[in-house]
Amino acid sequence: MRYSAFAIVREALRGNRHWAPVWREPEPKPAYDIIIVGGGGHGLATAYYLAKEHGYANVAVLEKGYLGSGNVGRNTTIVRSNYLLPGNLPFYEWSMKLWEGLERDINYNAMVSQRGVLNLYHSDAQRDAFARRGNAMRLHGVDAELLGRDEVRRLVPFLDFENGRFPIQGGLRQPRGGTVRHDAVAWGYARAADRRGVDLIQNCEVTGLTIEAGRIVGVETTRGAIRAKKVGVAVAGSSSRVAAMAGLRLPIESHVLQAFASEALKPLIDTVVTFGAGHFYISQSDKGGLVFGGDIDGYNSYAWRGNLPIIEDVMECAMAIWPGLGRLRVLRHWGGLMDMSMDGSPIIDRTPIHGLFLNAGWCYGGFKATPASGWCFAHLIATGEPHPHAAAYRLDRFATGAVIDEKGAGAQPNLH
Amino acid sequence: MRIPCPHCGERDVQEFSYLGDAGVVRPEGSDASIAAMHDYVHLRDNPAGPHRELWYHAAGCHAWLVVTRDTRTHAILSAESARAAGLARRVAVGAGEA
Ligand SMILES: Cc1cc2nc3c(=O)[nH]c(=O)nc-3n(C[C@H](O)[C@H](O)[C@H](O)COP(=O)(O)OP(=O)(O)OC[C@H]3O[C@@H](n4cnc5c(N)ncnc54)[C@H](O)[C@@H]3O)c2cc1C
Ligand SMILES: [Zn+2]
Repeated sequence: MRYSAFAIVREALRGNRHWAPVWREPEPKPAYDIIIVGGGGHGLATAYYLAKEHGYANVAVLEKGYLGSGNVGRNTTIVRSNYLLPGNLPFYEWSMKLWEGLERDINYNAMVSQRGVLNLYHSDAQRDAFARRGNAMRLHGVDAELLGRDEVRRLVPFLDFENGRFPIQGGLRQPRGGTVRHDAVAWGYARAADRRGVDLIQNCEVTGLTIEAGRIVGVETTRGAIRAKKVGVAVAGSSSRVAAMAGLRLPIESHVLQAFASEALKPLIDTVVTFGAGHFYISQSDKGGLVFGGDIDGYNSYAWRGNLPIIEDVMECAMAIWPGLGRLRVLRHWGGLMDMSMDGSPIIDRTPIHGLFLNAGWCYGGFKATPASGWCFAHLIATGEPHPHAAAYRLDRFATGAVIDEKGAGAQPNLH
Repeated sequence: MRIPCPHCGERDVQEFSYLGDAGVVRPEGSDASIAAMHDYVHLRDNPAGPHRELWYHAAGCHAWLVVTRDTRTHAILSAESARAAGLARRVAVGAGEA
Protein backbone atom coordinates (compact mmCIF):
# COMPACT_ATOMS: atom_id res chain seq x y z
CA MET A 1 0.00 0.00 0.00
CA ARG A 2 1.36 3.40 -1.00
CA TYR A 3 1.41 5.92 1.84
CA SER A 4 -0.06 9.37 1.24
CA ALA A 5 -2.28 11.96 2.87
CA PHE A 6 -5.11 10.57 0.77
CA ALA A 7 -4.46 7.03 2.13
CA ILE A 8 -4.64 8.31 5.72
CA VAL A 9 -8.06 9.88 5.07
CA ARG A 10 -9.33 6.87 3.11
CA GLU A 11 -8.25 4.38 5.78
CA ALA A 12 -9.61 6.57 8.56
CA LEU A 13 -13.01 6.58 6.84
CA ARG A 14 -12.81 2.77 6.65
CA GLY A 15 -12.12 2.55 10.40
CA ASN A 16 -8.40 1.89 9.98
CA ARG A 17 -9.16 -1.79 9.49
CA HIS A 18 -7.48 -2.23 6.11
CA TRP A 19 -3.87 -1.18 6.65
CA ALA A 20 -1.68 -3.93 5.21
CA PRO A 21 1.32 -5.28 7.18
CA VAL A 22 4.34 -3.10 6.44
CA TRP A 23 6.37 -6.05 5.10
CA ARG A 24 5.93 -9.78 4.46
CA GLU A 25 7.42 -12.38 6.80
CA PRO A 26 8.57 -15.04 4.32
CA GLU A 27 10.21 -18.37 5.10
CA PRO A 28 13.81 -18.46 3.86
CA LYS A 29 14.16 -19.95 0.37
CA PRO A 30 16.83 -22.63 -0.20
CA ALA A 31 18.89 -20.26 -2.38
CA TYR A 32 19.26 -16.60 -3.31
CA ASP A 33 21.35 -14.64 -5.76
CA ILE A 34 22.54 -12.39 -2.96
CA ILE A 35 22.36 -12.65 0.82
CA ILE A 36 22.94 -9.65 3.04
CA VAL A 37 23.91 -10.55 6.62
CA GLY A 38 22.60 -7.97 9.11
CA GLY A 39 19.25 -6.18 9.10
CA GLY A 40 20.51 -2.83 10.36
CA GLY A 41 20.33 0.38 8.38
CA HIS A 42 23.22 -0.53 6.12
CA GLY A 43 22.04 -4.05 5.31
CA LEU A 44 18.48 -2.91 4.55
CA ALA A 45 19.65 0.04 2.44
CA THR A 46 21.98 -2.27 0.52
CA ALA A 47 19.15 -4.69 -0.25
CA TYR A 48 16.91 -1.83 -1.36
CA TYR A 49 19.48 -0.36 -3.75
CA LEU A 50 20.39 -3.82 -5.08
CA ALA A 51 16.74 -4.20 -6.08
CA LYS A 52 16.11 -0.66 -7.23
CA GLU A 53 19.38 0.37 -8.87
CA HIS A 54 20.68 -3.00 -10.06
CA GLY A 55 17.51 -4.99 -10.75
CA TYR A 56 18.05 -7.83 -8.28
CA ALA A 57 14.92 -9.22 -6.67
CA ASN A 58 16.19 -12.61 -5.51
CA VAL A 59 17.83 -11.10 -2.43
CA ALA A 60 17.48 -11.91 1.29
CA VAL A 61 18.44 -9.92 4.36
CA LEU A 62 19.21 -12.23 7.31
CA GLU A 63 18.85 -10.60 10.73
CA LYS A 64 19.61 -12.44 13.96
CA GLY A 65 17.13 -10.40 16.04
CA TYR A 66 14.41 -8.10 14.77
CA LEU A 67 14.94 -5.50 12.06
CA GLY A 68 16.49 -2.40 13.53
CA SER A 69 17.45 -4.03 16.85
CA GLY A 70 21.09 -2.98 16.44
CA ASN A 71 22.77 0.40 16.26
CA VAL A 72 20.35 1.78 13.69
CA GLY A 73 17.75 1.97 16.46
CA ARG A 74 20.19 3.08 19.16
CA ASN A 75 22.01 6.08 17.74
CA THR A 76 21.57 9.78 18.47
CA THR A 77 20.18 10.37 14.96
CA ILE A 78 22.67 13.03 13.84
CA VAL A 79 23.44 13.34 10.13
CA ARG A 80 26.11 15.61 8.65
CA SER A 81 28.87 15.63 6.05
CA ASN A 82 31.38 17.91 7.79
CA TYR A 83 34.46 15.78 7.20
CA LEU A 84 38.00 16.89 6.39
CA LEU A 85 39.71 14.24 4.27
CA PRO A 86 39.26 13.59 0.54
CA GLY A 87 38.40 9.88 0.98
CA ASN A 88 35.52 10.76 3.32
CA LEU A 89 34.03 14.02 2.04
CA PRO A 90 32.51 12.90 -1.28
CA PHE A 91 31.08 9.79 0.36
CA TYR A 92 29.37 11.57 3.25
CA GLU A 93 28.13 14.36 1.01
CA TRP A 94 26.59 11.77 -1.29
CA SER A 95 24.88 10.35 1.78
CA MET A 96 23.55 13.82 2.65
CA LYS A 97 22.17 14.18 -0.88
CA LEU A 98 20.45 10.81 -0.59
CA TRP A 99 18.93 11.82 2.78
CA GLU A 100 17.53 14.92 1.09
CA GLY A 101 15.55 12.81 -1.39
CA LEU A 102 15.03 9.70 0.72
CA GLU A 103 11.45 10.08 1.88
CA ARG A 104 10.08 10.56 -1.64
CA ASP A 105 12.22 7.73 -2.90
CA ILE A 106 11.07 5.15 -0.34
CA ASN A 107 7.58 6.63 0.26
CA TYR A 108 8.15 6.75 4.01
CA ASN A 109 8.29 9.57 6.52
CA ALA A 110 11.75 9.30 8.06
CA MET A 111 11.45 12.76 9.63
CA VAL A 112 14.54 14.06 7.87
CA SER A 113 15.12 17.38 9.61
CA GLN A 114 17.86 19.66 8.27
CA ARG A 115 18.02 21.73 11.43
CA GLY A 116 21.77 22.32 11.14
CA VAL A 117 24.76 20.98 13.05
CA LEU A 118 26.80 23.48 15.05
CA ASN A 119 30.28 22.47 16.27
CA LEU A 120 31.46 24.88 18.96
CA TYR A 121 35.08 26.02 19.23
CA HIS A 122 36.65 27.24 22.43
CA SER A 123 40.17 28.39 21.52
CA ASP A 124 42.08 30.15 18.75
CA ALA A 125 43.74 26.90 17.71
CA GLN A 126 40.41 25.15 17.50
CA ARG A 127 38.98 28.00 15.42
CA ASP A 128 41.85 27.59 12.96
CA ALA A 129 41.29 23.85 12.75
CA PHE A 130 37.56 24.39 12.17
CA ALA A 131 38.28 27.04 9.51
CA ARG A 132 40.44 24.49 7.73
CA ARG A 133 37.72 21.88 7.94
CA GLY A 134 35.13 24.36 6.69
CA ASN A 135 37.36 25.25 3.75
CA ALA A 136 37.86 21.56 2.91
CA MET A 137 34.10 21.11 2.98
CA ARG A 138 33.44 24.09 0.70
CA LEU A 139 36.11 22.92 -1.73
CA HIS A 140 34.10 19.70 -1.98
CA GLY A 141 30.83 21.56 -2.51
CA VAL A 142 29.57 21.02 1.04
CA ASP A 143 27.87 23.86 2.93
CA ALA A 144 29.87 25.27 5.85
CA GLU A 145 29.78 28.56 7.79
CA LEU A 146 32.35 29.72 10.31
CA LEU A 147 30.47 31.68 12.98
CA GLY A 148 31.78 34.09 15.61
CA ARG A 149 30.59 34.21 19.17
CA ASP A 150 27.76 36.69 18.57
CA GLU A 151 26.34 34.69 15.70
CA VAL A 152 26.39 31.56 17.83
CA ARG A 153 24.75 33.47 20.69
CA ARG A 154 21.88 34.42 18.41
CA LEU A 155 21.30 30.75 17.54
CA VAL A 156 21.65 29.21 21.00
CA PRO A 157 21.54 32.00 23.61
CA PHE A 158 21.12 29.62 26.55
CA LEU A 159 24.65 28.14 26.38
CA ASP A 160 27.34 29.13 28.87
CA PHE A 161 29.36 31.57 26.76
CA GLU A 162 31.41 32.88 29.69
CA ASN A 163 32.43 29.47 31.01
CA GLY A 164 35.74 30.03 32.82
CA ARG A 165 37.51 27.03 31.39
CA PHE A 166 35.80 26.58 28.02
CA PRO A 167 34.44 29.95 26.87
CA ILE A 168 32.52 29.64 23.59
CA GLN A 169 34.36 31.59 20.90
CA GLY A 170 32.23 30.54 17.95
CA GLY A 171 31.28 27.55 15.85
CA LEU A 172 31.44 25.79 12.52
CA ARG A 173 27.94 25.20 11.23
CA GLN A 174 26.64 22.91 8.51
CA PRO A 175 23.10 24.18 7.85
CA ARG A 176 22.13 21.08 5.82
CA GLY A 177 23.07 18.72 8.65
CA GLY A 178 20.47 17.68 11.21
CA THR A 179 18.64 14.64 12.48
CA VAL A 180 16.64 11.74 11.03
CA ARG A 181 14.25 9.48 12.92
CA HIS A 182 16.49 6.40 13.23
CA ASP A 183 13.86 3.63 13.55
CA ALA A 184 11.97 5.06 10.60
CA VAL A 185 15.09 4.68 8.48
CA ALA A 186 15.20 0.96 9.25
CA TRP A 187 11.46 0.51 8.75
CA GLY A 188 11.34 2.67 5.62
CA TYR A 189 14.20 0.88 3.86
CA ALA A 190 12.81 -2.49 5.00
CA ARG A 191 9.38 -1.74 3.57
CA ALA A 192 10.82 -0.35 0.34
CA ALA A 193 13.08 -3.40 -0.13
CA ASP A 194 10.21 -5.78 0.64
CA ARG A 195 8.02 -4.04 -1.95
CA ARG A 196 10.68 -4.78 -4.55
CA GLY A 197 10.71 -8.48 -3.65
CA VAL A 198 13.55 -8.68 -1.13
CA ASP A 199 12.96 -11.34 1.56
CA LEU A 200 13.51 -9.95 5.07
CA ILE A 201 14.22 -12.89 7.37
CA GLN A 202 14.19 -12.05 11.08
CA ASN A 203 15.35 -14.22 13.99
CA CYS A 204 17.85 -15.81 11.62
CA GLU A 205 21.41 -15.70 12.90
CA VAL A 206 24.21 -16.54 10.50
CA THR A 207 26.39 -19.10 12.28
CA GLY A 208 28.73 -20.09 9.46
CA LEU A 209 29.92 -19.02 6.02
CA THR A 210 30.13 -21.87 3.54
CA ILE A 211 33.22 -21.59 1.36
CA GLU A 212 34.22 -23.98 -1.40
CA ALA A 213 37.54 -23.59 -3.25
CA GLY A 214 37.95 -20.00 -2.09
CA ARG A 215 34.44 -18.96 -3.11
CA ILE A 216 31.39 -18.30 -0.95
CA VAL A 217 28.49 -20.58 -1.79
CA GLY A 218 26.11 -19.98 1.09
CA VAL A 219 25.58 -19.51 4.80
CA GLU A 220 24.64 -21.64 7.80
CA THR A 221 21.91 -20.11 9.93
CA THR A 222 19.75 -20.88 12.94
CA ARG A 223 16.97 -21.45 10.37
CA GLY A 224 18.99 -23.84 8.21
CA ALA A 225 21.54 -23.63 5.41
CA ILE A 226 20.88 -21.17 2.59
CA ARG A 227 22.82 -21.10 -0.68
CA ALA A 228 23.88 -17.83 -2.32
CA LYS A 229 26.04 -16.70 -5.21
CA LYS A 230 27.21 -13.63 -3.30
CA VAL A 231 27.13 -12.62 0.36
CA GLY A 232 27.46 -9.11 1.77
CA VAL A 233 28.23 -8.73 5.48
CA ALA A 234 26.91 -5.57 7.21
CA VAL A 235 26.80 -6.49 10.89
CA ALA A 236 28.45 -3.39 12.47
CA GLY A 237 29.68 -4.32 15.99
CA SER A 238 29.64 -8.03 15.17
CA SER A 239 31.91 -7.70 12.12
CA SER A 240 34.91 -9.51 13.63
CA ARG A 241 32.75 -12.43 14.72
CA VAL A 242 31.20 -12.96 11.29
CA ALA A 243 34.53 -12.38 9.49
CA ALA A 244 36.09 -15.03 11.73
CA MET A 245 33.64 -17.54 10.19
CA ALA A 246 35.62 -17.04 6.96
CA GLY A 247 38.96 -17.19 8.77
CA LEU A 248 39.50 -13.42 8.45
CA ARG A 249 40.91 -11.10 11.12
CA LEU A 250 39.85 -7.47 10.76
CA PRO A 251 41.44 -4.13 11.72
CA ILE A 252 38.50 -3.62 14.10
CA GLU A 253 37.75 -3.64 17.83
CA SER A 254 34.17 -3.70 19.16
CA HIS A 255 33.45 -1.01 21.74
CA VAL A 256 30.36 0.15 23.60
CA LEU A 257 28.87 3.63 23.06
CA GLN A 258 26.16 4.94 25.38
CA ALA A 259 23.44 7.50 24.72
CA PHE A 260 20.84 9.28 26.84
CA ALA A 261 17.35 10.76 26.59
CA SER A 262 15.82 13.23 29.02
CA GLU A 263 12.20 13.65 30.01
CA ALA A 264 10.13 15.41 27.35
CA LEU A 265 10.15 19.21 27.20
CA LYS A 266 8.53 21.87 25.08
CA PRO A 267 10.67 22.89 22.07
CA LEU A 268 13.94 24.15 23.52
CA ILE A 269 16.79 23.63 21.09
CA ASP A 270 16.16 23.70 17.35
CA THR A 271 19.56 22.56 16.08
CA VAL A 272 22.29 20.02 16.87
CA VAL A 273 25.10 21.37 19.07
CA THR A 274 28.43 19.70 19.77
CA PHE A 275 30.86 20.74 22.51
CA GLY A 276 34.40 21.31 21.27
CA ALA A 277 36.29 21.01 24.54
CA GLY A 278 35.00 17.54 25.37
CA HIS A 279 33.04 14.95 23.49
CA PHE A 280 29.35 15.83 23.77
CA TYR A 281 26.46 16.35 21.33
CA ILE A 282 22.83 17.22 21.93
CA SER A 283 19.59 17.72 20.04
CA GLN A 284 15.87 17.49 20.79
CA SER A 285 13.64 14.77 19.43
CA ASP A 286 10.20 15.53 18.08
CA LYS A 287 8.72 13.86 21.17
CA GLY A 288 10.48 16.54 23.22
CA GLY A 289 13.23 14.56 24.91
CA LEU A 290 16.76 15.86 24.72
CA VAL A 291 18.94 13.24 23.08
CA PHE A 292 22.62 13.36 23.91
CA GLY A 293 25.83 11.39 24.16
CA GLY A 294 29.59 11.54 24.29
CA ASP A 295 32.61 9.26 24.10
CA ILE A 296 32.79 5.52 23.77
CA ASP A 297 33.63 3.72 27.02
CA GLY A 298 37.02 2.84 25.55
CA TYR A 299 37.50 -0.90 26.08
CA ASN A 300 36.54 -3.94 24.00
CA SER A 301 32.94 -4.86 24.69
CA TYR A 302 30.06 -6.93 23.37
CA ALA A 303 27.92 -6.24 26.46
CA TRP A 304 25.47 -3.71 24.92
CA ARG A 305 25.82 -1.63 28.08
CA GLY A 306 28.46 0.65 29.52
CA ASN A 307 29.80 1.86 32.84
CA LEU A 308 29.32 4.84 35.11
CA PRO A 309 32.52 6.86 34.43
CA ILE A 310 31.35 7.75 30.92
CA ILE A 311 27.92 8.69 32.21
CA GLU A 312 29.59 11.08 34.65
CA ASP A 313 31.82 12.45 31.89
CA VAL A 314 28.84 13.08 29.58
CA MET A 315 26.92 14.86 32.35
CA GLU A 316 29.97 17.03 33.15
CA CYS A 317 30.25 18.02 29.49
CA ALA A 318 26.54 18.82 29.48
CA MET A 319 26.89 21.09 32.49
CA ALA A 320 29.98 22.81 31.05
CA ILE A 321 28.16 23.81 27.89
CA TRP A 322 24.59 24.29 29.18
CA PRO A 323 24.21 24.59 32.97
CA GLY A 324 20.40 24.78 32.69
CA LEU A 325 20.40 21.05 31.91
CA GLY A 326 21.18 20.36 35.56
CA ARG A 327 17.49 20.73 36.38
CA LEU A 328 16.50 17.93 34.01
CA ARG A 329 16.03 14.26 34.68
CA VAL A 330 17.53 11.58 32.46
CA LEU A 331 14.74 9.25 31.45
CA ARG A 332 16.73 6.39 29.98
CA HIS A 333 20.11 5.44 28.64
CA TRP A 334 21.38 2.54 26.60
CA GLY A 335 24.39 1.21 24.70
CA GLY A 336 25.26 -0.05 21.25
CA LEU A 337 28.15 -2.03 19.76
CA MET A 338 30.60 0.05 17.76
CA ASP A 339 32.80 -1.49 15.07
CA MET A 340 35.81 0.77 15.77
CA SER A 341 38.32 0.59 12.95
CA MET A 342 42.04 1.24 13.29
CA ASP A 343 41.89 4.59 11.45
CA GLY A 344 38.37 5.65 12.40
CA SER A 345 37.06 5.23 8.83
CA PRO A 346 34.90 2.49 7.33
CA ILE A 347 35.57 -0.43 5.00
CA ILE A 348 33.41 -1.20 1.94
CA ASP A 349 35.32 -3.77 -0.05
CA ARG A 350 35.80 -7.23 -1.43
CA THR A 351 37.44 -9.84 0.78
CA PRO A 352 40.00 -12.51 -0.14
CA ILE A 353 37.01 -14.93 -0.46
CA HIS A 354 35.37 -14.70 -3.91
CA GLY A 355 31.82 -13.42 -3.69
CA LEU A 356 32.13 -12.33 -0.04
CA PHE A 357 31.90 -8.58 0.54
CA LEU A 358 32.48 -6.56 3.70
CA ASN A 359 30.81 -3.39 5.00
CA ALA A 360 32.23 -2.52 8.44
CA GLY A 361 34.25 -0.15 10.60
CA TRP A 362 31.56 2.53 11.03
CA CYS A 363 32.71 3.52 14.50
CA TYR A 364 30.16 5.77 16.20
CA GLY A 365 29.26 7.66 13.02
CA GLY A 366 27.65 5.21 10.63
CA PHE A 367 24.03 6.32 10.90
CA LYS A 368 24.58 9.37 8.71
CA ALA A 369 26.28 7.05 6.23
CA THR A 370 23.32 4.67 5.90
CA PRO A 371 22.05 5.73 2.44
CA ALA A 372 25.49 6.08 0.81
CA SER A 373 26.76 2.92 2.47
CA GLY A 374 23.82 0.96 1.06
CA TRP A 375 24.22 2.66 -2.32
CA CYS A 376 27.96 1.95 -2.61
CA PHE A 377 27.81 -1.55 -1.11
CA ALA A 378 25.04 -2.50 -3.54
CA HIS A 379 27.16 -1.16 -6.39
CA LEU A 380 30.17 -3.18 -5.23
CA ILE A 381 28.19 -6.41 -4.82
CA ALA A 382 26.31 -6.02 -8.11
CA THR A 383 29.23 -4.95 -10.31
CA GLY A 384 32.24 -6.34 -8.44
CA GLU A 385 33.85 -2.90 -8.64
CA PRO A 386 34.00 -0.26 -5.89
CA HIS A 387 31.75 2.76 -6.30
CA PRO A 388 33.91 5.88 -6.92
CA HIS A 389 32.59 7.57 -3.75
CA ALA A 390 33.72 4.63 -1.62
CA ALA A 391 36.86 3.72 -3.51
CA ALA A 392 39.11 4.77 -0.61
CA TYR A 393 37.39 2.42 1.86
CA ARG A 394 39.63 -0.50 1.00
CA LEU A 395 40.37 -3.35 3.35
CA ASP A 396 44.03 -3.38 2.35
CA ARG A 397 44.62 0.31 3.11
CA PHE A 398 45.99 -0.56 6.53
CA ALA A 399 48.72 -2.72 4.97
CA THR A 400 49.53 -0.22 2.21
CA GLY A 401 49.50 2.82 4.52
CA ALA A 402 46.66 4.63 2.70
CA VAL A 403 44.70 5.05 5.93
CA ILE A 404 42.01 7.74 6.33
CA ASP A 405 42.61 9.03 9.84
CA GLU A 406 40.45 12.16 10.39
CA LYS A 407 41.78 12.63 13.91
CA GLY A 408 45.39 11.65 13.24
CA ALA A 409 45.20 9.38 16.27
CA GLY A 410 46.90 6.30 14.83
CA ALA A 411 45.95 2.65 15.14
CA GLN A 412 44.30 2.99 18.54
CA PRO A 413 40.52 2.49 18.16
CA ASN A 414 39.53 4.06 21.48
CA LEU A 415 41.10 7.37 20.42
CA HIS A 416 39.04 7.79 17.22
CA MET B 1 33.59 -2.20 36.51
CA ARG B 2 36.34 -2.57 39.12
CA ILE B 3 39.80 -3.95 38.42
CA PRO B 4 41.65 -5.90 41.14
CA CYS B 5 45.13 -4.39 40.82
CA PRO B 6 47.69 -6.84 42.19
CA HIS B 7 49.45 -3.91 43.91
CA CYS B 8 46.60 -1.64 45.03
CA GLY B 9 43.61 -3.93 45.45
CA GLU B 10 40.21 -3.56 43.78
CA ARG B 11 39.85 -0.09 42.25
CA ASP B 12 37.34 1.74 40.04
CA VAL B 13 37.92 1.41 36.29
CA GLN B 14 38.18 5.21 36.12
CA GLU B 15 41.68 4.97 37.63
CA PHE B 16 42.93 2.95 34.67
CA SER B 17 43.54 3.61 31.00
CA TYR B 18 43.15 1.01 28.30
CA LEU B 19 45.56 0.01 25.57
CA GLY B 20 44.04 -3.11 24.03
CA ASP B 21 44.76 -6.75 23.26
CA ALA B 22 47.68 -8.02 25.37
CA GLY B 23 48.29 -10.91 23.00
CA VAL B 24 49.81 -8.95 20.11
CA VAL B 25 53.60 -9.16 20.00
CA ARG B 26 55.79 -6.68 18.17
CA PRO B 27 57.86 -8.53 15.55
CA GLU B 28 61.55 -8.61 16.47
CA GLY B 29 64.11 -6.65 14.51
CA SER B 30 63.99 -4.08 11.74
CA ASP B 31 63.77 -6.79 9.07
CA ALA B 32 60.26 -7.85 10.08
CA SER B 33 58.05 -8.22 7.01
CA ILE B 34 55.36 -5.64 6.20
CA ALA B 35 52.79 -8.37 6.62
CA ALA B 36 54.02 -9.15 10.14
CA MET B 37 54.03 -5.45 11.13
CA HIS B 38 50.54 -4.96 9.63
CA ASP B 39 49.32 -7.92 11.62
CA TYR B 40 50.80 -6.50 14.82
CA VAL B 41 49.64 -2.90 14.34
CA HIS B 42 46.17 -3.43 12.87
CA LEU B 43 44.66 -6.90 13.07
CA ARG B 44 42.86 -8.11 16.19
CA ASP B 45 40.93 -11.23 17.20
CA ASN B 46 38.34 -8.98 18.93
CA PRO B 47 36.65 -11.94 20.66
CA ALA B 48 33.22 -12.00 22.30
CA GLY B 49 34.29 -13.74 25.51
CA PRO B 50 37.45 -13.80 27.62
CA HIS B 51 39.98 -11.20 26.38
CA ARG B 52 43.52 -10.65 27.69
CA GLU B 53 44.12 -6.91 27.59
CA LEU B 54 46.53 -4.23 28.80
CA TRP B 55 45.42 -1.65 31.36
CA TYR B 56 47.61 1.05 32.97
CA HIS B 57 46.92 2.01 36.59
CA ALA B 58 47.39 5.74 35.99
CA ALA B 59 45.76 6.96 39.22
CA GLY B 60 47.41 4.26 41.32
CA CYS B 61 50.68 2.35 41.21
CA HIS B 62 51.54 3.31 37.59
CA ALA B 63 51.94 -0.35 36.68
CA TRP B 64 50.82 -1.96 33.44
CA LEU B 65 48.48 -4.89 34.04
CA VAL B 66 47.31 -7.82 31.98
CA VAL B 67 43.62 -8.18 32.77
CA THR B 68 41.50 -11.07 31.54
CA ARG B 69 37.92 -9.85 31.12
CA ASP B 70 34.82 -11.31 29.52
CA THR B 71 33.81 -8.80 26.84
CA ARG B 72 30.20 -10.09 26.89
CA THR B 73 29.62 -9.35 30.60
CA HIS B 74 32.58 -7.14 31.68
CA ALA B 75 33.34 -9.70 34.43
CA ILE B 76 37.03 -9.54 35.37
CA LEU B 77 38.49 -13.04 35.45
CA SER B 78 42.04 -12.17 36.54
CA ALA B 79 44.57 -9.34 36.75
CA GLU B 80 48.34 -9.71 36.93
CA SER B 81 51.27 -7.38 36.47
CA ALA B 82 52.23 -7.05 32.80
CA ARG B 83 55.88 -7.34 33.78
CA ALA B 84 55.29 -10.75 35.29
CA ALA B 85 53.19 -11.77 32.28
CA GLY B 86 55.90 -10.52 29.89
CA LEU B 87 58.65 -12.35 31.74
CA ALA B 88 56.60 -15.52 31.69
CA ARG B 89 56.11 -15.16 27.95
CA ARG B 90 59.79 -14.51 27.40
CA VAL B 91 60.64 -17.70 29.28
CA ALA B 92 58.08 -19.58 27.18
CA VAL B 93 59.38 -18.38 23.78
CA GLY B 94 62.94 -17.59 24.90
CA ALA B 95 64.10 -21.20 25.03
CA GLY B 96 64.61 -21.28 21.27
CA GLU B 97 66.12 -17.78 21.14
CA ALA B 98 68.86 -18.11 23.74
C1 LIG C 1 24.60 5.22 21.20
C2 LIG C 1 24.94 5.41 19.76
C3 LIG C 1 24.88 6.69 19.20
C4 LIG C 1 25.21 6.88 17.85
N1 LIG C 1 25.05 8.12 17.31
C5 LIG C 1 25.25 8.31 15.97
C6 LIG C 1 24.95 9.56 15.37
O1 LIG C 1 24.46 10.50 16.03
N2 LIG C 1 25.21 9.72 14.04
C7 LIG C 1 25.72 8.71 13.29
O2 LIG C 1 25.96 8.92 12.12
N3 LIG C 1 25.97 7.48 13.83
C8 LIG C 1 25.74 7.26 15.15
N4 LIG C 1 25.96 6.01 15.70
C9 LIG C 1 26.54 4.94 14.87
C10 LIG C 1 25.53 4.22 13.98
O3 LIG C 1 24.37 3.93 14.73
C11 LIG C 1 26.16 2.93 13.43
O4 LIG C 1 27.42 3.21 12.87
C12 LIG C 1 25.29 2.31 12.33
O5 LIG C 1 23.95 2.20 12.74
C13 LIG C 1 25.85 0.93 11.98
O6 LIG C 1 25.23 0.35 10.85
P1 LIG C 1 23.89 -0.54 10.92
O7 LIG C 1 22.74 0.37 11.07
O8 LIG C 1 23.86 -1.40 9.74
O9 LIG C 1 24.17 -1.37 12.26
P2 LIG C 1 23.18 -2.27 13.12
O10 LIG C 1 21.84 -1.64 13.24
O11 LIG C 1 23.91 -2.60 14.38
O12 LIG C 1 23.01 -3.54 12.20
C14 LIG C 1 23.79 -4.72 12.27
C15 LIG C 1 22.82 -5.88 12.41
O13 LIG C 1 23.51 -7.10 12.21
C16 LIG C 1 22.87 -8.06 13.01
N5 LIG C 1 23.77 -9.21 13.17
C17 LIG C 1 24.93 -9.28 13.86
N6 LIG C 1 25.47 -10.50 13.77
C18 LIG C 1 24.64 -11.24 12.99
C19 LIG C 1 24.65 -12.59 12.52
N7 LIG C 1 25.64 -13.43 12.85
N8 LIG C 1 23.63 -13.00 11.72
C20 LIG C 1 22.62 -12.15 11.39
N9 LIG C 1 22.56 -10.87 11.81
C21 LIG C 1 23.56 -10.42 12.60
C22 LIG C 1 22.59 -7.33 14.30
O14 LIG C 1 21.58 -7.96 15.07
C23 LIG C 1 22.18 -5.95 13.79
O15 LIG C 1 20.78 -5.81 13.67
C24 LIG C 1 25.64 5.78 17.06
C25 LIG C 1 25.69 4.50 17.62
C26 LIG C 1 25.32 4.30 18.95
C27 LIG C 1 25.33 2.92 19.54
ZN1 LIG D 1 47.77 -0.39 41.07
